[in-house]
Amino acid sequence: MSIEYGLLVDYDYCTGCHTCEVACRKAHADWDGEGNFGIKILQDGPRELPDGKWEYNYLPMPTSLCDLCAERTAEGKPPSCVMHCPAHCLYFGTIDELSKLVAEKTHRALFTPYNE
Amino acid sequence: MNLDYYEKHRGQSQWKDGEYDVTRTTVWSGPGCHDGCAVLYYTKNGKLEKVEGDPDCGFNQGTLCMRCLEMPEIVNSERRPKNPLKRAGERGENKWEDITWDEAYDIIEAKVREIWKDYGGESIACMIGTGRNNCWQIPYLCYAAFDSPNFCLGFLSGESCFQPRSAAMASMNGDFLIADMSQQFASRYDEENTEWRLPKYIVNWGCNAVESNSDNFYGHWIVDCMQRGSKMITVDPSLTWLAARSEYWLRLRPGTDGAMALGWLNVIIGEDLVDHEFIDNWTYGFEELAERVKDWTPERVGEICWVDPDLIREAARAYASNWPSAIQWGLPIDQAVWGIPSAQAINAIWAVTGNTDVPGGNIIIQNAYGQNVSYNYGYDFLPPEVQGKRIGAEYPLMAKAGFSSTAHSDSILEAIETGKPYPIRMLWLTSTNPIANMGADAPRIYRAVKTLDFVVVNDLFLTPTAVAFADIFLPAAMSPERDSQRVWWVPLRGMRKVCDYADVKSDDTIVTELGKRLHPERFPWDDDFGWSDHILKTETPGYDGDYAQLLDEVYSYPDFQYRKYEKGLARYDGKPGFNTPTGRIELFDSVFQLWGYDPLPDWDEPHSSPYSRPDLWAEYPFVLTTGARHVEFFHSEHRQPETMSRELYPDPHFEMSKAAAEKLGLQNEDWCWIENQHGRCRQRLRINPTLDDRVVRADHGWWFPEKEAAEPTLYGVFDSNINNLVPQCDNGVTGYGAPYKNQLCKVYKCTPENSRDMPSIRVSEGDGFSKPDATTEVDKDYSHRA
Repeated sequence: MSIEYGLLVDYDYCTGCHTCEVACRKAHADWDGEGNFGIKILQDGPRELPDGKWEYNYLPMPTSLCDLCAERTAEGKPPSCVMHCPAHCLYFGTIDELSKLVAEKTHRALFTPYNE
Repeated sequence: MNLDYYEKHRGQSQWKDGEYDVTRTTVWSGPGCHDGCAVLYYTKNGKLEKVEGDPDCGFNQGTLCMRCLEMPEIVNSERRPKNPLKRAGERGENKWEDITWDEAYDIIEAKVREIWKDYGGESIACMIGTGRNNCWQIPYLCYAAFDSPNFCLGFLSGESCFQPRSAAMASMNGDFLIADMSQQFASRYDEENTEWRLPKYIVNWGCNAVESNSDNFYGHWIVDCMQRGSKMITVDPSLTWLAARSEYWLRLRPGTDGAMALGWLNVIIGEDLVDHEFIDNWTYGFEELAERVKDWTPERVGEICWVDPDLIREAARAYASNWPSAIQWGLPIDQAVWGIPSAQAINAIWAVTGNTDVPGGNIIIQNAYGQNVSYNYGYDFLPPEVQGKRIGAEYPLMAKAGFSSTAHSDSILEAIETGKPYPIRMLWLTSTNPIANMGADAPRIYRAVKTLDFVVVNDLFLTPTAVAFADIFLPAAMSPERDSQRVWWVPLRGMRKVCDYADVKSDDTIVTELGKRLHPERFPWDDDFGWSDHILKTETPGYDGDYAQLLDEVYSYPDFQYRKYEKGLARYDGKPGFNTPTGRIELFDSVFQLWGYDPLPDWDEPHSSPYSRPDLWAEYPFVLTTGARHVEFFHSEHRQPETMSRELYPDPHFEMSKAAAEKLGLQNEDWCWIENQHGRCRQRLRINPTLDDRVVRADHGWWFPEKEAAEPTLYGVFDSNINNLVPQCDNGVTGYGAPYKNQLCKVYKCTPENSRDMPSIRVSEGDGFSKPDATTEVDKDYSHRA
């Protein structure tokens, strides 16, 4: 199996704003219904660390519904969550491209939610 | 994979996409906020199906928050009234008769003419919610159609939403200033092709910018700057996401922002971290300011604010030693009795450090192409003697300082209650829901508005305000249903109508059609398109296009110049300097002195605080701050149960620390009563481990469209209403400022026994809350301060 495309999250910058969740559902009209998201934001913190600083992170995690917006990308549009993210913390691309981005900075996570 | 769809449509304002018509335009009315983001509307057979961000526009760069993405849920909601309504039963019974627009106009016109004859136009007051796409239409209706000077926001106590900050800035600088995130340029964050520079530090002061998107500031611009290397300082009672990523987080006691700012000035001036050249050339009154802040040591301020003095020192040093840096400030500055002096102090911080109107600092922002159509639009139609009757005219900063001057909301409320200085008989409310939020003392407003002869409510939905008071309800068109245009700084933006809903009309249409009946000569345009065209041709001197052109351009950025004071671009006479009496930034405000106000920043305790009212503090051992924004809601909007907003945030919540909750035996998600000497309401507990154990934060704006509309339930508007606990008419000496964010309270768990007396029934059928109390008895000796 060779997976071609993925989703990269720079979780230093996710503000937990829910845009990706809502953008996702709106891009998949047939999912309309409570709880149906192709991406869901997980939250850790706020939690005090031993050094007095605070841990407070959000991590958007693709769900099993995520199809990397196959219909949109076929029309030449980026996945809806990536396009609408106000924090610009989501990246779509080939695994090759995203692997390079992952290596550029800490606190990034590469997801492979979907393969055609 | 070639993702070039949006690139292919760059520059087009309308195109076909399969079965959809796509329209590139901007947003600026309910449902949603006042930022004015650029969107792509996807319509099918005249129905709004989808909303996307417009990647072509520098303002939001293709991104959107969830509220615009979910817009079709609200626009297509079956809960929307489809035509004008006339009250059929008693006020509050929610009984209505469908009427036509002409019937509604007939009734309103007759009532206005009757008031003109019996009382004079000034007995009509008009109010809106906030600075959205009715902030020039309704003032125009009030002044040009009704002949009344009494326009203001919906019982907004002390006009305390940006107006105190803007009045202080206007008085000190002759202009408005905002944090420079390159938003004035079409090309963003572009240090090659624009003069913009990245702020070294961004101070996020009392504004969780990524949730609130306040005042035409898209909060995630801060995140864009963080990604490019800006460091953060956050001043906030709670650890916001931005605070967690800040080098310095100053967890201040709510209501002490002004003291904190004086502490910063003490450090910055005391340690000589100021920009002497700028101070010598461009400011007035530095010596007096230095003298004033000498006593505001970090130790004194730390004691007041509950913050470590060394942390105050370090944060102030970091800001002042790293030029350029920008301050993005928020509502807590306004929502304190000391709002104006607090705003003066913070303005002085960026002025003395040379951050005024420089790249990456706080820039002077002027409305695009000189279009200054806002709260004052049409005011010149009123003869001087009618202008002199404006309620609140005794507050010269508010009534005379121009810019965003309005009537004084608290005094309007008192005029309704007392008939002094003259009676108010009619109220026009557009897109404002003052008993759900904005109005400070909701129960008191409820009692007062019930006594009026005639109330028109013009809104998107039947709100608690509409059901409780409206004699006539006029359904309002939403953003995609309106042809309009706006400035609010930059860019100039066009809004193109893409759909219709039943028999609703836009604010522009309603004002025009009604205005033509009362003063036709002042309404020479035929429709919304014509009014926008009129404004672009007569009120927008720098723009050479018309409305049709603007709709195709979608938005237009004027040239922007930094250091306008050096170039003769800040004063009306074209000379260098600032547009103030001394031509300088008035750290010592000569106009304030003229009016008998303190010309220098200062601070004192809120009137309900642990130190000003130790008697209350003994009974109500938490400092209560209210109204922190959540991205799901714009104030009281987006509460319809079918929305994704309610799916993601179903119930009202308040926050307290873990230790405080444990001490009271409370658990996460417990329904609790929050109570003080004014009244009480209930919300669910969310433990926030980052709060001081003495601080409670509570939601605002809650009502429940799924509940019974008729009284006594009234959509449950008083049950979870934090404004049951907030007083009205407790303002600063200028009339500005009100203590929404600095009350005291206690908290206890809801039980069946203590929940029989529900606030909605208590207010609508019982004796209500907010009886006059001893808020004026302030203990001025704070020697007992802990």
